[in-house]
Amino acid sequence: MDGVAPYVTADGRQIGGVLMDMRGITLRFGGVEAIKNISFDIREGEIRAIIGPNGAGKSSMLNVISGFYHPQDGEVWFRGEKRKPMKPYQVARLGIARTFQNIALFEGMSVLDNIMTGRLTHMKTGLLAQAIWKGRAEAEEVANREIVEKVIDFLEIQAIRKTPVGRLPYGLKKRVELARALAAEPKLLLLDEPMAGMNVEEKEDMSRFILDVNDEFGTTIALIEHDMGVVMDLSDRVVVMDYGRKIGDGTPDEVRNNQEVIDAYLGVAHE
Amino acid sequence: MSADFLYGIEVVLNGLMAGVLYALVALGFVLIFKASGIFNFAQGVMALFAALTLVGIMEGQVPFAHLINAVFGTNIHHFGWQVPAILAIFLTVLVMIAFAWAVQHFVFRHLVGQEPIILFMATIGLAYFLEGVGDLMWGSSIRTLALGLPQGGSLWVEEMTNGLGGDDFYGFFIDKLDMVATLVALVLVAGLVAFAQYTKQGRAMRAVADDHQAALSVGISLSYIWVLVWSLAGIVALVAGVMWGAKSGVQFSLSLIALKALPVLMLGGFTSIPGAIVGGMIIGVGEKLFEYTIGAPYLGGATENWFAYMLALVFLVFRPQGLFGERIIERV
Repeated sequence: MDGVAPYVTADGRQIGGVLMDMRGITLRFGGVEAIKNISFDIREGEIRAIIGPNGAGKSSMLNVISGFYHPQDGEVWFRGEKRKPMKPYQVARLGIARTFQNIALFEGMSVLDNIMTGRLTHMKTGLLAQAIWKGRAEAEEVANREIVEKVIDFLEIQAIRKTPVGRLPYGLKKRVELARALAAEPKLLLLDEPMAGMNVEEKEDMSRFILDVNDEFGTTIALIEHDMGVVMDLSDRVVVMDYGRKIGDGTPDEVRNNQEVIDAYLGVAHE
Repeated sequence: MSADFLYGIEVVLNGLMAGVLYALVALGFVLIFKASGIFNFAQGVMALFAALTLVGIMEGQVPFAHLINAVFGTNIHHFGWQVPAILAIFLTVLVMIAFAWAVQHFVFRHLVGQEPIILFMATIGLAYFLEGVGDLMWGSSIRTLALGLPQGGSLWVEEMTNGLGGDDFYGFFIDKLDMVATLVALVLVAGLVAFAQYTKQGRAMRAVADDHQAALSVGISLSYIWVLVWSLAGIVALVAGVMWGAKSGVQFSLSLIALKALPVLMLGGFTSIPGAIVGGMIIGVGEKLFEYTIGAPYLGGATENWFAYMLALVFLVFRPQGLFGERIIERV
């Protein structure tokens, strides 16, 4: 775990160098400091979790990574380069896809169309070219459809492909949102509470998908989760936040035995 | 078939074609409202401005001639050339795209996340601003639009249908310009639908119309899509401006056609492209039929001025989301 030398995990997955490096991030809303001088990194191929009690600043951190919030202080390094302040759509074009805590899907569009929007950043044919060379646009559409179909098969949502998303139950919506993010073939996948509001069975399904995505596509994943048990089983390394501060960082076992983390989760007895 | 019945059919046909013109204006509203939630009060003025620009360019008029003359003491009005219609239309489209960019860059970029009423007020300001700019740029006189579109009743249709209703019936009277307008509108709508369904920009446009946050997260630039949508609305405005301008001359009262599009939108729904078309046709046919069967014989005529608004009012009571609008569901 020391340094940035590549290594192989116990279950045989390859962990590479540092993909994303957050250095001294501070985020304020008016007078409130949501994130206080936090540094951590995400390594290629790993599943990195950010956990913490309600209001710890986990979602804010994810929003900093995906460009929805802009930190007052600190640097964001991605693939060895310092990132300039970026709009969310520019971050997405860098190869960072995300899902949202309260699901942001295109409710009026079909499942297939929703997932196809994940391919938009990969479509190169210009507006005029699409009108003039119908063939080229079609070939591109077909190539993108193939990737989308693969994702649909992978997440086992073939049966609902033509259904408008607005009609789907909550658990399936979460899965479609994951599918849309996956379709972008991201270098880094950000999941904001992927299991929030799910029952045990749905949680198990989602955990399996997350592990499979990481395993089969080698996708680097950073996820936020409430449920300690789930996180400990899934992730290679964990960042623990509390009131905007980082209070722990390491493997699940290290974090579990960290006194400050135990205090934050269970509360401290006042004498 | 009795002559009265055939005249009734003629009224319906004419109503349909008038409806197409209403629909053209309504279409511009729908495009912008769907993608950005902005009710664009300036749509009518955009049609006027586009038509003015087209005429100005075709006649080789110097834009801002009055202003230039007043400042520099010159006396110029025309470049002294005529621009062919095709080229002039192309240039006008470019002007409308530039206008779309300016609107996004100088107005709505600064109002992101504001209340709908504030965005609406901004479009009212925009309407008066654009009317002023149109006046300053091209002058305020009434212009004829000499695009060479066919005008007057179609003899062909009249002769074809002459014998249908016996001696009292002289065949259908259908304006050739209305026929052209219908054809153009059909092509335009087919083009817009194909664009929205089959191009990546179209898919991005639908995505933005649905959820801004999600659109951003898949790499769609909102301001690019909004410029695109305002450009499309500008092109639709140009088509509407040309058709209305060819019918009744390019004059400043053209901007009032926006008011006629309101009942169309209430019928068709603010978010539906087919709704705008069907709504326009219902209003067109409705007001002509009402005038023919009830208005003229019993109410002293001129019911076309208010019938559309009455119909819209009835709709508001029974189906406030319009025929094709998204269902309004309040969940508790």
